[in-house]
Amino acid sequence: MADTICRTLRDGGLEGEHAPALTIKDSKASPFGFDVFNYVLTQLSNYILAGKSQSRGLVVVAYSRSPSFYVDLLKRRGIDIASSHDWIHILDCYTDPLGWKNWLIDKDISQEASSLSSFCQDVRNLDKLYSLIIEQGKGLIGQGKDRFSIAIDSDVVQKFGFKVNPLLRSFIFFWWNLPDQVSSIFWLLHSDLHEIKFTSVLEYLSSMVASVEPFNQAAFGQRVDLENLSMLEQNFRKGKFHVRFKRRNGRVRVMCEEILVELAGIKFTPVLSEDEIINQRLLPKRYGFVQQVQFNLQLSEEERNERAKVVLPFEHQGNGKPIQIYDGRRSLGENKEEALVSTGKLQPDEDSGKGQIIYFRDSDDEMPDSDEDPDDDLDI
Amino acid sequence: MENQNLNLLDRALGLDGPSEPWPLSGRVVLIEDCVETSGSFVLHQLVKRSLSPTSSNVIIFVAFANPFSHYDRILRKLGCNLVTQRDNKRFIFFDMLMLRCPDVDEGKSSEGGLVLLYEKILKTICGLPGDKKDYVTIMIDDISLVEVAANGGSDYVLDFLHYCHALTSEFDCSLITLNHEDIYSSMERPTLILQMEYLADILIKAEPLSTGLATDVHGQLTVLNKGTSHRLGRSGNKIHNFHYKLYVVLWRKKLVISIDKGYSSEKRSFRRTYHVNGRLGFWNLNTLCVTHLLNG
Repeated sequence: MADTICRTLRDGGLEGEHAPALTIKDSKASPFGFDVFNYVLTQLSNYILAGKSQSRGLVVVAYSRSPSFYVDLLKRRGIDIASSHDWIHILDCYTDPLGWKNWLIDKDISQEASSLSSFCQDVRNLDKLYSLIIEQGKGLIGQGKDRFSIAIDSDVVQKFGFKVNPLLRSFIFFWWNLPDQVSSIFWLLHSDLHEIKFTSVLEYLSSMVASVEPFNQAAFGQRVDLENLSMLEQNFRKGKFHVRFKRRNGRVRVMCEEILVELAGIKFTPVLSEDEIINQRLLPKRYGFVQQVQFNLQLSEEERNERAKVVLPFEHQGNGKPIQIYDGRRSLGENKEEALVSTGKLQPDEDSGKGQIIYFRDSDDEMPDSDEDPDDDLDI
Repeated sequence: MENQNLNLLDRALGLDGPSEPWPLSGRVVLIEDCVETSGSFVLHQLVKRSLSPTSSNVIIFVAFANPFSHYDRILRKLGCNLVTQRDNKRFIFFDMLMLRCPDVDEGKSSEGGLVLLYEKILKTICGLPGDKKDYVTIMIDDISLVEVAANGGSDYVLDFLHYCHALTSEFDCSLITLNHEDIYSSMERPTLILQMEYLADILIKAEPLSTGLATDVHGQLTVLNKGTSHRLGRSGNKIHNFHYKLYVVLWRKKLVISIDKGYSSEKRSFRRTYHVNGRLGFWNLNTLCVTHLLNG
């Protein structure tokens, strides 16, 4: 599923369509949003380098980590951007976001941006910042029809004293004025730092929302004790990863995976199958729910035995007699046998005084012990 | 590192490895406490560890809570002479008790005071000899008082902390801060403490036992060591939880302070604690005992 996200960002948008956008959100209880962000960033970088992506360049807006962090990160994943970086640019909003260093009297304390990054020293001027992002992206791809992607590594509302409404207004303006050259965009936000209004608006704008949730909800916010320590520990390594895809036709699809944070990085594993989830929901053993319902969800041993004794209509076949299966063809031999059946067997046995059902198993019929619902293929 | 003197806290922080490079280099440590269980002793422990003879660390201590004499008395009892360390330029003390950021009414922003403080820290680091620049630890005691000094402007404090955080990647120094969690308990969305927790690589929580007050255990420490990627490689997420007891020592005598797994102490007090823990059936028999000197 995480790969589906990366592929969607890789494929970008169609001509005249808005760029696909991904919101990655986490919370204090499960702060793995940054790991997910790094994963998506690495995958997209790989696609761009391999020429498989619609975008040919990537602009990383670095609020919460330094450019050197991203250089190291990509290097560890086998992408050396120090030698070849004509496809990536890091806008450094981390080192001096408010221009404090410029205010310092002692000019000996200087800073130099490397060739793959540039400083933004006034992040509060959002219009300037957004135009800088677009400018850097266009600088990467040139004047052709190529496109680029944008990655924003954090929300900045509280950190730099932004007020929610002006920030939203500015961001929405930026969003609707994204040039066609933008292939895809993704950003990270910490949901518990914001008003619901803020996160909701960003989610509405996004075609994909990936939310990282704690593995054990109960463990969060309590004082640590013997009971919840193990749950807390689990939350510290694992999380639930829900993704909401909004498709072009308007359909919304929600998928779920588990994430495991390991030494090598983040790992996504599929959750239980749908049937298992339903079973788990119906039968939460922990609460003894089975005892509380008014009906039986499962057969008892006795009922199972009784059920096994029931002779199904076609089960008289195979009792030493040749099994006849109708396969739709009428051969000479079959005609003979059919005639035999029609003359000999299909006559009701008046002596027995009982009715009986004669059944020829069709070649497409299920086996007698099949658990499949025969009406499963009906499009009701 | 002197392994025989290490306690559970040191191990949880990864200080049991080689002292160079300093295990906390480039990392942010947040100590959270509450009024029932003060976490300042953790700060004192870390000062002592940073200034140990085997390490080359330089501490820039930004004190909003107490004067130099307070820390000097405590650290002296822990076997560390801060006056000597200050003379050797290994302990650089910024007394911020009298800092008052200009008010907005005075024509300047409260941010100005914190910008000047940042400038002071930055200049100090830049002024250090080349071989010392890589071993700087910035300690702030405590963040809630920084907020008071900034006239309640938590946005300014967050900006200041962001710049301090940037120093950790620029100079590979470590940032250790103390804050009081219960101050924000009535707030619906305590942005400052939440942001600090997001910034922190290691979160140390000092809190009372969930079972209530106990005679022989003063509280519990939970150390959440986030696995972060840094130049030393990536370390996995780890969580540690242990009980502690603070000793009030009123005489000038050095005491053993590290106890590990119930066998390294020669002190009777520890044996008693261990015994009590065993009798009460606490799940974790490892108890951290720290001498905490209130008055010299």
